[in-house]
Amino acid sequence: MSVSAISQISLPFLMGNNLNAWSDALAGLTISWFPLGLVIIAAIPLVFIALYALTYGVYGERKISAFMQDRLGPMEVGKWGILQTLADILKLLQKEDIVPTSADKFLFVIGPGILFVGSFLAFAVLPFSPAFIGANLNVGLFYAIGIVSLEVVGILAAGWGSNNKWSLYGAVRSVAQIVSYEIPAAIALLCGAMMAGTLDMQQISVLQSGPYGFAHFFLFQSPIAWLPFLIYFIASLAETNRAPFDIPEAESELVAGYFTEYSGMKFAVIFLAEYGSMFMVSAIISIVFLGGWNSPLPNLGSVALYDWTSGPVWGAFWIISKGFFFIFVQMWLRWTLPRLRVDQLMYLCWKVLTPFAFISFVLTAIWEIYVP
Amino acid sequence: MQELGMAEQGSIRVSRKDDNVVVIEKDLATEEMLLSMGPQHPSTHGVLKLECMTDGEVVTSAEPYLGYLHRCFEKHCEVVDYPGIVPYTDRMDYLAGMNNEWAYCIAVEKLLDIEIPRRVEFIRVMVSELNRIASHLVAIGTYGIDLGAFTPFLFCFRDREHILNLLEWASGARMLYNYIWIGGVAFDIPADFNKRVKEFVDYFRPKVVELYKLLTENEIFVKRTKGIGIMPADVAINYAWSGPMLRGSGVQWDLRRNDPYSVYPELDFNVPVPDGKFSDIGDCLSRHLVRALEMEESLNIIEQCISKMPGSDGFNPRSAVPKRVRPKAGEVYARAENPRGELGFYIQSDGKSTKPLRCKARSSCFVNLSAMKDLSKGQLIPDLVAIIGSIDIVLGEVDR
Repeated sequence: MSVSAISQISLPFLMGNNLNAWSDALAGLTISWFPLGLVIIAAIPLVFIALYALTYGVYGERKISAFMQDRLGPMEVGKWGILQTLADILKLLQKEDIVPTSADKFLFVIGPGILFVGSFLAFAVLPFSPAFIGANLNVGLFYAIGIVSLEVVGILAAGWGSNNKWSLYGAVRSVAQIVSYEIPAAIALLCGAMMAGTLDMQQISVLQSGPYGFAHFFLFQSPIAWLPFLIYFIASLAETNRAPFDIPEAESELVAGYFTEYSGMKFAVIFLAEYGSMFMVSAIISIVFLGGWNSPLPNLGSVALYDWTSGPVWGAFWIISKGFFFIFVQMWLRWTLPRLRVDQLMYLCWKVLTPFAFISFVLTAIWEIYVP
Repeated sequence: MQELGMAEQGSIRVSRKDDNVVVIEKDLATEEMLLSMGPQHPSTHGVLKLECMTDGEVVTSAEPYLGYLHRCFEKHCEVVDYPGIVPYTDRMDYLAGMNNEWAYCIAVEKLLDIEIPRRVEFIRVMVSELNRIASHLVAIGTYGIDLGAFTPFLFCFRDREHILNLLEWASGARMLYNYIWIGGVAFDIPADFNKRVKEFVDYFRPKVVELYKLLTENEIFVKRTKGIGIMPADVAINYAWSGPMLRGSGVQWDLRRNDPYSVYPELDFNVPVPDGKFSDIGDCLSRHLVRALEMEESLNIIEQCISKMPGSDGFNPRSAVPKRVRPKAGEVYARAENPRGELGFYIQSDGKSTKPLRCKARSSCFVNLSAMKDLSKGQLIPDLVAIIGSIDIVLGEVDR
């Protein structure tokens, strides 16, 4: 199935809007020479990251972990502590911006920036809704896998520039971990790309839409798809340095890993980047395996649940919900499991996940060729 | 280090191409890095400092540096009268204050040769075993944190809170009790105390199982601790290890059984040692397991105390408390089984003063920690953290 054929599929459920209608309209919006629309397109994910990190990322995680641990979590600032994150941000803003005297100032300052840019750039190709995508690249998935590697540079710059032995350990561990886990992650995503026949994120989503809701998702379209799905989920935990693979920032071993020396807003930016990449991997896994912005509800005879819950706004709702669900699973794992050791982490990557990723790759290829 | 095939440090190869040109190739030099772990480090359990020489992630040697929490306990004892020392012992192993007080009081009572009322003995056993559970809960919880599992820690602290409430009810303090006095206890236990303790025991039994399922049986936890930091039984004995550390190495040694004091001979309890099926004998997992199993044994002891304790009719908790402690000249060494091992007090009296001439504490943590250098050789940094955690040190007792 070629890409051009796919784009001719009629999409009656988009409330009359074409694919990428909103982002195309925004892209055309200019004030004299100034491309205002493009700025807005870039600003939307940025605002989204900031809002989600504030609400679900920080406050949500604190509350979720609290309820898992028989505690109440933040309760003092505002009703149920909802203003706690705001108070934290204000505190971080007031803090003195400290650069250690023996640090490499340039690397120390630029590290968090590269880290954040690395996770933010991937948002360009995430289809937030059938009508909105930052950049509709035909190599979107490939771009997303590749651009995340930029984070490694930021982590290494932060860790090396801090001139702190714990930071150096954290940075070296982190780079080894992220570079290794990209291999099973990329192969697992390739399985999804094979099933779709395209790397275009928007088209991958379109291919998973249909009146039977979740039955059209790639996860349920092939008997092998659960394997790359699981492999990518585990590898994505390692790529975002989440537990049980949080060894680069292992607080009981390396104090705080590569951001030991950071405080104030630089610290906040590192955290924003972490929450950004958490959502990014969660969105990618839901796009490639769980239909992205498609509604999981099927049409049941005259009860057309799928048709009712489809459309640009519903699309945004579904992809964000799916992303949040995976972030919840990440938090759940974080507050349950102990941490792996460095060598066990590498063992898991090279001797378990990578071979199984290859197996699932071959099986998916066979399935796609011989089973119509 | 040899197994990992590390390059020799900066070796220079000289080769001769022809008669005149000498080519010198220098290998990439690798150096060992000095890593100061602590005194402000999240997993050194206080202010322990370890100077580690590291080769990448491998620790080639780790030397403990002590004294950051030194408070001159033994010197203080020489200027404070005997009953006044009791609160100081609370501050040694601040997680098991009752046990410390008791060990000290046993020593002084031995020196004074006084008879203790039977109800007092049962009260002492009960509060000490409650404190032992609280202490093991902290040990197990913080061990989880060392290995990256945060939730078991808070579950442990939730249950420890119940014990602290009970002990607060009995003694008026939550950590530094000053409850066990020379010759008695400060107050009789409140009227409903035994009922509440029974309630706690019934509440806590399923929680031990829950903790076991959440942490001890966790695949990652087992992977991180099994076979790490193995201490053979003979070396452990040579290092004078005691308590759960020694029992983790497979030696069935418990002072409550082997050198019984108080009413322990009347009580029925097991001394758990690892059988080598779930864990390798002497590794971190064994030591963790011993602590987990000991909590259940302590619950059994507490239940027996409740049923065997004499009534409070006409009971005065201070009936045997001497008005003025002035032992006759002599010396005594008494020891008790603390949560962390054998805590011994050596006291010397000149027969004239109300203050000891010399009071020396044999601290279990200090002795257990002395094996750190042996245990840490050639381990990875995460394993070093696992080993420190399994030793379960309280720096208040190490430094005194």
